[in-house]
Amino acid sequence: MQTPTDEKHCQLMVIGAGMAGMAATLFAVKQGLQVAQAGLTGEVIYASGVFDLLGVYPPEKRQVREDPWRALAELAQAEPNHPYARLAPQEIAHAMDLLTEYLGEIGLPYTGHPTKNTRLLTSVGTAKPTFRLPISMAAGSEALAQKAPCLLVDLVGLRGFSARQMASTLAHQWPDLRTATVEAPGPVVHGPKYPEHVARTLEVEAERDAFAAAIAPHIADARYVGLPAVLGIYKTPEIVAQLEERLKVRIFEIPTMPPAITGLRLKEAFESHLPTMGVDAYYHYRVLSVHPASSGGFRLEIGKNDTEQVVHADTVVLATGRFLGKGLIPERDGIHEALLDLPVHQPRHRDRWYAGAFLAPEGHAVSRAGLEVDDQFRPVTADGRVVNDRLFAVGSILAHQDWMRTKSGVGIAVASAWKAVQAICAA
Amino acid sequence: MQTQVLIIGGGATGTGLARDLALRGVDCVLVEKQDINAGASGGNHGLLHSGARYIGSDLAAARECREEGERIKRLAPHCVEDTGGLFVAVAGDDEAYIADFAARCEQCGIAVKAVDLKDAREMEPELSRDLIAAYAVPDASVDPFKLSLDNLADAQARGTRVLRNTHITAFEKSGTRIQRVQVQNRRTGAQFSIVAEQIVNATGAWAGHVAAMAGADIRVLCSQGSLIITQNRLSHRVINRLRQASDADILVPAGTVSIFGTTSVRLDDPDTSRPTVAEIDAMLPDGIAMVPKLAETRFIRAYAGVRPLVQSTPTSDDRSVSRGFALIDHTKEGIDNFITITGGKLTTYRLMAEKTANRVCERLGVTAACETRTAPLPATASGKWTEPGLTPRLWFQQKDKSDLLLCECEMVPTSVVNAITANIQAEGGRPSLRELGQRSRVGKGPCQGAFCSLRLTAHLYNEGCLSADQGLEELRDFLNERWRGVHPLLWGQAVAQAELQEALHCGLYGLELVEA
Ligand SMILES: Cc1cc2nc3c(=O)[nH]c(=O)nc-3n(C[C@H](O)[C@H](O)[C@H](O)COP(=O)(O)OP(=O)(O)OC[C@H]3O[C@@H](n4cnc5c(N)ncnc54)[C@H](O)[C@@H]3O)c2cc1C
Ligand SMILES: Cc1cc2nc3c(=O)[nH]c(=O)nc-3n(C[C@H](O)[C@H](O)[C@H](O)COP(=O)(O)OP(=O)(O)OC[C@H]3O[C@@H](n4cnc5c(N)ncnc54)[C@H](O)[C@@H]3O)c2cc1C
Repeated sequence: MQTPTDEKHCQLMVIGAGMAGMAATLFAVKQGLQVAQAGLTGEVIYASGVFDLLGVYPPEKRQVREDPWRALAELAQAEPNHPYARLAPQEIAHAMDLLTEYLGEIGLPYTGHPTKNTRLLTSVGTAKPTFRLPISMAAGSEALAQKAPCLLVDLVGLRGFSARQMASTLAHQWPDLRTATVEAPGPVVHGPKYPEHVARTLEVEAERDAFAAAIAPHIADARYVGLPAVLGIYKTPEIVAQLEERLKVRIFEIPTMPPAITGLRLKEAFESHLPTMGVDAYYHYRVLSVHPASSGGFRLEIGKNDTEQVVHADTVVLATGRFLGKGLIPERDGIHEALLDLPVHQPRHRDRWYAGAFLAPEGHAVSRAGLEVDDQFRPVTADGRVVNDRLFAVGSILAHQDWMRTKSGVGIAVASAWKAVQAICAA
Repeated sequence: MQTQVLIIGGGATGTGLARDLALRGVDCVLVEKQDINAGASGGNHGLLHSGARYIGSDLAAARECREEGERIKRLAPHCVEDTGGLFVAVAGDDEAYIADFAARCEQCGIAVKAVDLKDAREMEPELSRDLIAAYAVPDASVDPFKLSLDNLADAQARGTRVLRNTHITAFEKSGTRIQRVQVQNRRTGAQFSIVAEQIVNATGAWAGHVAAMAGADIRVLCSQGSLIITQNRLSHRVINRLRQASDADILVPAGTVSIFGTTSVRLDDPDTSRPTVAEIDAMLPDGIAMVPKLAETRFIRAYAGVRPLVQSTPTSDDRSVSRGFALIDHTKEGIDNFITITGGKLTTYRLMAEKTANRVCERLGVTAACETRTAPLPATASGKWTEPGLTPRLWFQQKDKSDLLLCECEMVPTSVVNAITANIQAEGGRPSLRELGQRSRVGKGPCQGAFCSLRLTAHLYNEGCLSADQGLEELRDFLNERWRGVHPLLWGQAVAQAELQEALHCGLYGLELVEA
């Protein structure tokens, strides 16, 4: 970071480094814009590493959808204010493709059916509908679909991941599941094992053979072997290939509970590659204030606690997330937008924020609170006026969507980011 | 099943009664529709009253509290933290009440001492700058879970049989006696009957309902009180507002946290009890006036309990109804072997049990005298894991790294979880996440169970305590149950925590899609 008085100019400032911020930045640099980006990255916000498009609709009917595009058409009909309703299906598909192609280029390949959702086995034994998944997880969905003979393996010391739990939970529909427990790779030490530590161990080639040898005696007639997602951080495809070669089975990863390696992989990939494309990145820094300048554009102050950098930007994309991301601030008297105090669509009173049951199928009203936007993803006031021509908002901060219940987190983030960048470039 | 005495209700009163009767050599069966302390005994403030709170409304109750409070401190010291208490008034509080306070305490034999305001703030730095009066009294903090679990363990050691998750479905009468009581296990659906010489209805707020099933009519009003737990302990002592007993005027320390409350909201059905946003919003300003820190402290959970108010005439103010207990002999209504004991306080549970046992023994012709007056309550393993700060201490001492922590917030290791599950199994139960939560600090930390629920479920499968897809139902039940306590307190940072929990359990795992 430079001296406190340092000032810079850029065409676009992206505020936020979650999936929405990363996608907006990527799309904008690819279009030749000069981009600066700030925000905290963390394995938690990228979490499972799978990319949902629309897995459940309508949520109150608990309808799991195999064809996300049909579900999208219904949603666009029923909910004209939903962020997805502002995009054509081809635009959404294109945005997803751009993102996954890029990740493939930088060593984090994704896969999935061209038009359908895939079922992903989770560590609690549910089968989550998702759209794009890391190729290291693909064989699991295949095995699940075929109910093929399969061995699930857990590791001594890795808490919250039990092969027996998954096998028992799925036994009624997938009887050919076997389980085994093996020591985690590396020297045997007592105590808890963390995915990151195990993954770093497996980055070392020599460790993989020993790990394969520990699994081998349990395989019997299994054609697939499922492991917790610990197979490296940077070389996952290589590690999977090596284990498959040694064990003569298909290997797949199952996402673990946080702190999970699947998020860390995305974090590392974005953080190391976007700056090489010319992004002026301030990861681990926050935008402390944003002021529209009288001359047009914005003046932004960036720092950890005190301002360390001033950036003048022609355009701003707000991708600051919801409560976890800190884009929205929930006070006892109401929900506020953190940086510009933009109008927030929300329930009338705090007693309407949440349903009585955590798992109420319809979800919680507070999850649909957020920023209202126009067709170009510019925030608007309650009466529909655009707040600022050059200010855009994307990702989970948007109102009228509940990604958690409809399984659409990354989809909404990436699609809205793409549309906003299109609008910015067109202007 | 046959027994001398059937006790209905496993709260402080029912478990205390079981021990009292067992010590007199009487054979008992205790049935509880949920788990031990599922009612008011698990949903109260944990204040071992010196009696000072009742000097304005009920002198008899104040004296009872003083005597019994002293006795519990002496006979069950492991359940009590003898913190002492302060009564404080702030500018604007009723001067006349303050002026009479000390004399009225003395009238009830309660050791009261005026405290200089400067000293009071030194003793309790979080007290308001607007204090106008302060008195010290011998209040204390009591762990109701330990108390009930230890009473029950002692009774069981003496032969008492306990049926949890079992409720009464019908009383079969013949003439003036209840011949048989039909009960049902709510988990398995299994029905069976119990033949008892005497039957005691110790169901607290449910007493009216249970009595009505037996054909007896008592009027029990239900008044819900809600409480909130702070992330950190805010005071050394119990802090009471020095005014006529009202809402939102007590802060009780409990280990590493403090509990603030309470409210009084009329309920028709005690089964619908849950803390609400409106109660929390109404309660906070009063508390902040006494302890300003409550404005900014982080709350980790709210919970509610239901007080039974036994009365003869309807009244509008629930606090003016006596908090003294009611021992009702139903012979007038034509039932000779049925007694109801309800009302009262946690502090007076033993006295309630003693009086009830006296009546029961008289009817049975048992002459043995009450021993709980003088016999210390043995500390047992089953109660001890609920104590905040205990498991971390033991875990650090033991230094066994392979004893993995399953709850990281409250540092509950595998060995403790295994001890509790073994205990539940020994009682004939199946360990559930909810019960583990009731018997330990699991799920009571800042993560609110989002992470430890997953570690526990995986562990229970590995130990063979769960099979098929029971884990999904366990997770759903535990998270929904925790939610009751969290959702009224969701603002600020807690909302982000709730969002993380939902992102994980719904966004990723799709637990809301599982058919219940
Ligand atoms: C536990 C969990 C599981 C998930 N599982 C899935 C899944 O299975 N499938 C799926 O599709 N999605 C999943 N998601 C959702 C997904 O990862 C994203 O949360 C979602 O795509 C929305 O991202 P976002 O970029 O809008 O917001 P966020 O991810 O919340 O990012 C907000 C960003 O804004 C930054 N920010 C906030 N304020 C400022 C400021 N003042 N200055 C600078 N930066 C700021 C934050 O630091 C952060 O970088 C999951 C999320 C979680 C938490
Ligand atoms: C908000 C609040 C705060 C309080 N604070 C304090 C305090 O600080 N200090 C103090 O001394 N006292 C306090 N009290 C009072 C104290 O909690 C109660 O007096 C005491 O817990 C009553 O115990 P109990 O066993 O009689 O009733 P409960 O604990 O309510 O037990 C009744 C039991 O019967 C069971 N049951 C009901 N129906 C059936 C059925 N059909 N079959 C089988 N079982 C059944 C229920 O599940 C329950 O477990 C407070 C009460 C409340 C509500």
